[in-house]
Amino acid sequence: MKVGVVTFPGSLDDADARRAVRVAGHEAIALWHGDHDLQGVDAVLLPGGFSYGDYLRCGAIARFAPVMTEVVDAARGGMPVLGICNGFQILCESHLLPGALIRNDHRKFGCLDQTLTIENNTSAWTSSYAIGQQVTIVLKNGEGSFVADDKTLDMLEAEGRVIARYVGNPNGSQRAIAGITNEAGNVVGLMPHPEHAVEALCGPGTDGLGFFTSLGALVSTA
Amino acid sequence: MARVVVDVMPKPEILDPQGKAVLGALPRLGFDGVTEVRQGKRFELEIDGDLTEDRLAEVNAMAETLLSNPVIEDYAVRVIQESGQESGQ
Repeated sequence: MKVGVVTFPGSLDDADARRAVRVAGHEAIALWHGDHDLQGVDAVLLPGGFSYGDYLRCGAIARFAPVMTEVVDAARGGMPVLGICNGFQILCESHLLPGALIRNDHRKFGCLDQTLTIENNTSAWTSSYAIGQQVTIVLKNGEGSFVADDKTLDMLEAEGRVIARYVGNPNGSQRAIAGITNEAGNVVGLMPHPEHAVEALCGPGTDGLGFFTSLGALVSTA
Repeated sequence: MARVVVDVMPKPEILDPQGKAVLGALPRLGFDGVTEVRQGKRFELEIDGDLTEDRLAEVNAMAETLLSNPVIEDYAVRVIQESGQESGQ
């Protein structure tokens, strides 16, 4: 599969994301924020970082980057889109996912190995996991506290759209939500970083690889 | 020419960690009696030409689309006349 990884000014994890895509057996295509062009990719990944300096609000400027016109259209058309950390913030600002991400309740930047429980394995990015499986990947954010009104939270829970929940709650996220998906299951936002946990050499292990191998699994059965 | 102010504030039910940090700092500096601080943003927009109702509607659209995130923030638009007098909107 061809997986496009968008680089915005201020993206940090685009290179790691491309590497993770390759480790999972896919082809990684670098996409540029200023181009109205997805270069024929089959899926898109919005990586972590501080796009446009996180000015105004995290993801608020990136949402209007030229490439996002195509990303939003493709996402609405069913293309798998994964937003990690800053990418999750961009997906919320784009209204592809509900809710928002605000400053951690403890007001400190957190950087740690974090255990999550996978709660949905039918999305485009989580089918390699078992429901209830615990995975440990990297969490590093200053504004990772997921918030939404109670009605939205109840809907996400009722529809099984919470894809992963923190074990413990490292940033004050409502209902300890670490990641969610859209109604169709093709768009996923995740605050922690699976791309930093795909090889034994560095990071907390290889638990993050499943997010990227899920993509192939879905396609081969489609 | 007119100057329009857009105030953006976190919704009351949304935790405001920055406001809490300021609230915590005040007593340390000897300022007592403050029971709550909420921190928001103020945008000042210079509008070219006459400020018609259409232009004002556009400012509201800007506030809703870019300046604020309606999921977590409320905004208020008010017009500051060229003379510097404020008038409600």
